[in-house]
Amino acid sequence: MDILLSDSDVRSLWLTARLAGTVTIILLLVGTPIAWWLARTRARWKGAIGAVVALPLVLPPSVLGFYLLLAMGPSGPVGKVTQVLGLGLLPFTFWGLVVASAFYSLPFMVQPLQTAFEAIGERPLEVAATLRASPLDAFFTVAVPLALPGFLTASILTFTHTVGEFGVVLMIGGNLPGVTRVASVQIYDHVQALEYAEAHRLAAVMLIFSFLVLLALYAWRPNLKKAS
Amino acid sequence: MENIQACFRLNLPSFRLDVDLDVPARGVTAFFGPSGSGKTTLLRCTAGLERAPEGRLTVAGEVWQDAHHWIPTHKRPLGYVFQEASLFPHITVLGNLRYGRRRISDAARVSVDQAIELLGIGHLLERRPERLSGGERQRVAIARALAVNPRLLLMDEPLAALDLKRKQEILPYLERLHAELEIPVFYVSHSPDEVGRLADHLVVMEAGRVLASGPLAETLARLDLPIRLGEDAGAILDATVGTVDKPWHLMRLDFSGGSLWARDSGLPIGHRVRVRVLARDVSLADQLGHSSIQNVLDGRVDAISEDEHPGLALVRLQVGEAMFLARLTKRAASSLGLKVGKKLWVQVKSVALLQ
Repeated sequence: MDILLSDSDVRSLWLTARLAGTVTIILLLVGTPIAWWLARTRARWKGAIGAVVALPLVLPPSVLGFYLLLAMGPSGPVGKVTQVLGLGLLPFTFWGLVVASAFYSLPFMVQPLQTAFEAIGERPLEVAATLRASPLDAFFTVAVPLALPGFLTASILTFTHTVGEFGVVLMIGGNLPGVTRVASVQIYDHVQALEYAEAHRLAAVMLIFSFLVLLALYAWRPNLKKAS
Repeated sequence: MENIQACFRLNLPSFRLDVDLDVPARGVTAFFGPSGSGKTTLLRCTAGLERAPEGRLTVAGEVWQDAHHWIPTHKRPLGYVFQEASLFPHITVLGNLRYGRRRISDAARVSVDQAIELLGIGHLLERRPERLSGGERQRVAIARALAVNPRLLLMDEPLAALDLKRKQEILPYLERLHAELEIPVFYVSHSPDEVGRLADHLVVMEAGRVLASGPLAETLARLDLPIRLGEDAGAILDATVGTVDKPWHLMRLDFSGGSLWARDSGLPIGHRVRVRVLARDVSLADQLGHSSIQNVLDGRVDAISEDEHPGLALVRLQVGEAMFLARLTKRAASSLGLKVGKKLWVQVKSVALLQ
């Protein structure tokens, strides 16, 4: 029995890392303003927006994937736009997976950030204003550094959650080697083909990876708190 | 235009602020009143942290707010010291001091070095705020507010969160600030002690309204206000140390209208001090006899009013140019035949040195 992973296993792991990394970066850019707004607004529809952001937490991935597939398909609104822009259709492409995963992992970015921003409170920003910092300036020089542990938690959760995705990937991406066949799908394939040894190896890699990431997260947290 | 004119009307569900003020743009203006009287809200409106929909604010001729203008907080040339020091925890003391400094362009009256020296925090610069005591933190917060070269310094009960010892540690720095800098200060407090020590101008507030506004000694001697000061009703005098009686450990404090003996506190002759004489420590007599009370002044009844208890009266006395308040029972007032204009001996039992 070969201890090393096969080429297609390695490719699926690399694809998984690329997908999770891309989604994390995109969600840092998109999720931060949403979290900031949710943490500070007194608007009446704050509750509704918060609920929409949290929806992927409870929705079956197949339901989310189904709607996204329709939206991004040839007659869906998103699909029409991407076709007009000359981007073609997103389903069964890497970027289709990125978009779907971003929706699916949104709460894992927004909620820790929102909590971190809320914990800062108004005062440090008021102090910054009395020290001549504009709101944007105060955001980058006061709010972001103070919420740094929140950013770390949110990024790690988003990354690991995207790594662990399966249902949405199957709905949107299918199973194209090197394009949409991520590690979780690869394991499924191995099992379907009764290749239990291969499934074991890849599953062990995923298990160890996930454990180490969470271990790091829980070991760092107290230190981060002390440092701030 | 060396004045600050502030007019704010603000309706919150639980609270109403309705003030129209005109105070000098120099020295310390103290805002005094019980909690919930609107002092802090007034300060926040002045800073632009709270927006009163109907408001006007002019600082030394410059409009900060009126019906057509609204200057946001970060563009107002002010310094703000909050009740809790609120230092940025992620940067050092020096980083805190430089934070605002880096964001101003105009040449400064107060340099960062000067602010550090003035507040005595030179040895703390590399520390993180978490490693400072409460008093040190508040001194850094004051220096940080000074370093942005404010044209108006707003202080919201900067000592309220500190214990007595820490207060005593900071008050001398505030007095130095007052003596050495030309920056007008709005100082919110509910401590008569702090007000007596620091203020030049006094604004008394209650339930969102201004009850009185005027020079400190004059305002404190108003008979319609001391009722609200309760046990702390009294007069403030500016005096100089005239002479020291070494054998008896006493010093003579001269003021416009006479002099008072107080315990020698080691101050040099000629030193200016501020003293407070509480109304309950003043008694009146129509003839002089032997008494343990050493301070006897020649006074004249200026006004008589009701005090908070039906059995008590509050009497304002003119001694030279100075005003004293005396609290006595109505029976005593009646047996002395007190009436406005009557000349009397004013006996002062105790004098509190404020600085």
